[in-house]
Amino acid sequence: MSIILDPSVSLTSTVDGKRRRKDMLFLALLWFGILLAVVTLVVLLVDTFLTGRSRLNWEFLSGHTSPFAEDAGVQSAIFGSLWVVLPAGISSLLIAIGTAAYLEEFTKPESKVQAFINLTIQTLAGVPSIVYGILGLAFVARGPLDWGFTVRTASVVLAMMILPVMIVASREAIRAVPSSYREGAFALGCSRWQCVRQQVLPAAVPGIATGSILGVSRALGESAPLIMLGALAYVSSNPTGFGDYYTVLPLSIYKYATEADSEFQYAAAGAIIVLLAMLLVLNFTAIVIRDRSRKSL
Amino acid sequence: MNETTTPTAQSLIASSLSKGDGNIPGVNSGRAAQIVMEARDLSVYYGDFLAVRQATFSIARNEITAFIGPSGCGKSTILRSLNRMNDLIHSARVVGTVLYRGIDLYGPLADPGEVRRRIGMVFQKPNPFPKSIYDNVAFGPRVNEKFTKSELDGVVEDSLRKAALWDEVKDRLKASAFSLSGGQQQRLCIARALAVNPDVLLMDEPCSALDPIATGRIEDLMREIKSEYPIVIVTHNMQQAARVSDMTAFFSVESTGDTNRPTGMLVEYDRTVDMFSHPHDERTLSYVSGRMG
Ligand SMILES: Nc1ncnc2c1ncn2[C@@H]1O[C@H](COP(=O)(O)OP(=O)(O)OP(=O)(O)O)[C@@H](O)[C@H]1O
Ligand SMILES: [Mg+2]
Repeated sequence: MSIILDPSVSLTSTVDGKRRRKDMLFLALLWFGILLAVVTLVVLLVDTFLTGRSRLNWEFLSGHTSPFAEDAGVQSAIFGSLWVVLPAGISSLLIAIGTAAYLEEFTKPESKVQAFINLTIQTLAGVPSIVYGILGLAFVARGPLDWGFTVRTASVVLAMMILPVMIVASREAIRAVPSSYREGAFALGCSRWQCVRQQVLPAAVPGIATGSILGVSRALGESAPLIMLGALAYVSSNPTGFGDYYTVLPLSIYKYATEADSEFQYAAAGAIIVLLAMLLVLNFTAIVIRDRSRKSL
Repeated sequence: MNETTTPTAQSLIASSLSKGDGNIPGVNSGRAAQIVMEARDLSVYYGDFLAVRQATFSIARNEITAFIGPSGCGKSTILRSLNRMNDLIHSARVVGTVLYRGIDLYGPLADPGEVRRRIGMVFQKPNPFPKSIYDNVAFGPRVNEKFTKSELDGVVEDSLRKAALWDEVKDRLKASAFSLSGGQQQRLCIARALAVNPDVLLMDEPCSALDPIATGRIEDLMREIKSEYPIVIVTHNMQQAARVSDMTAFFSVESTGDTNRPTGMLVEYDRTVDMFSHPHDERTLSYVSGRMG
């Protein structure tokens, strides 16, 4: 048995040369963009690593931040960052999940409440971080709360700063949960709250984890508002409570980098490497959480 | 767990029956006493759009009721208004009465959650939760009541047996529900619906994504459980309606003057044998004999 060739059928491409050239050009532009991003990143990383390499030792990690080049370390900055960023991340995450769940599951899409909150969140997400610093200075560090230049003040202000991003990320994640899960849960007699608690939120965990890491990373890398909030340049001890004074890694990097002595450049590069490592750990945690909850599906 | 007849419910049924027309011409008069649900002049709107107007029918114990009719005539809409799943669509509005054992489903005495637990639903597309097979079936019992581990095991096994799935999954209850085939997933969804011990089961085209063998199994299953659970099934498959159902409701669409979107309506509601052998309405005749839709 054989099939007879049908001369009226052609399987060759009907795309003409001009369009093909356009496709090629577009592809080339894409590659250029990718290369630019990757090369810049690699150059920066390699340069920082080469500069800071000499400082990557136990003395540097365990030493506190100091105005003397040979003593300069990062321990108090690492712990300062953790003390400030972790509570900020956790509290804003909880508030963000609550807000997102309320908006997505309990309000009507076209309601006035939702329109108003949407506008507020979008506006807040675009506010420069220094403005949060000024706000914190006026209302938290001084003014009505009067908490002074403490870990608590910094943490609260950073939490406010990343809240909009966290809300947007959580909403996206919740919206991506298939509505068939909700229908299934409701059809079994679940109340709205049970449905959210038992089906929607667990299914949204991977998305929330990935999205909120953006917020926490931003808080970890932020220095501008903390300068307003009295983060110290050099601190010779770790914070032991929320009422302590503090410094954070980005601020130490800034201080070291602006010192005249070239020894400090190495310290700045070393601190950058430490900050990058912390960001990596953070991202890795998010990936682990995401994969864990995916696997349990 | 699930008290099927309470004195109050009985007396309410009696009072509702004296008003309503539970009796269908040509259907044995004993049916009236078996009626579990009744829809009277049930209309559903989506916003201003009247999707279905004034449907009146009843659902009795020991019966499978089939909803048939062309696409868009409002079969799913009516089905979803029988267990208040329409509440979840913000624009949907129900007018008319649905009585469940004499109680107004949309009245102040009916809690939507409890309504949906008693009147279970299986969807067109199998929609297992992203959990294990066991947890899918155990989900409903867990949120509705407190069970010990062994009681829960019993409920899960029982439901899976009723859904004719137990033998296929008993060795891998902890496996993801997504590892099942489409037909198995649909039977899992049936088991999940049965696990909360409902009183009525609503099925919206449960076999439309399945092959003939899986379809056959689900039809067998429906026949087996109909003595315990009255079933309402939406289907596009005439043979299926003829094979499994005792009563048939034929819906169609008509264009009313003011809007150009056609409104669905219940054209004919009768015993399946009568409906398919000598329908009263011209439209039913053309539909069941395959000339339209
Ligand atoms: N959520 C909704 N919002 C607005 N209109 C809707 C909605 N759901 C259904 N409709 C409309 O209501 C009418 C009936 O729809 P329904 O889904 O009940 O039809 P159906 O008989 O189940 O059709 P099919 O056989 O294709 O499933 C259609 O005109 C449809 O466009
Ligand atoms: Mg439908």
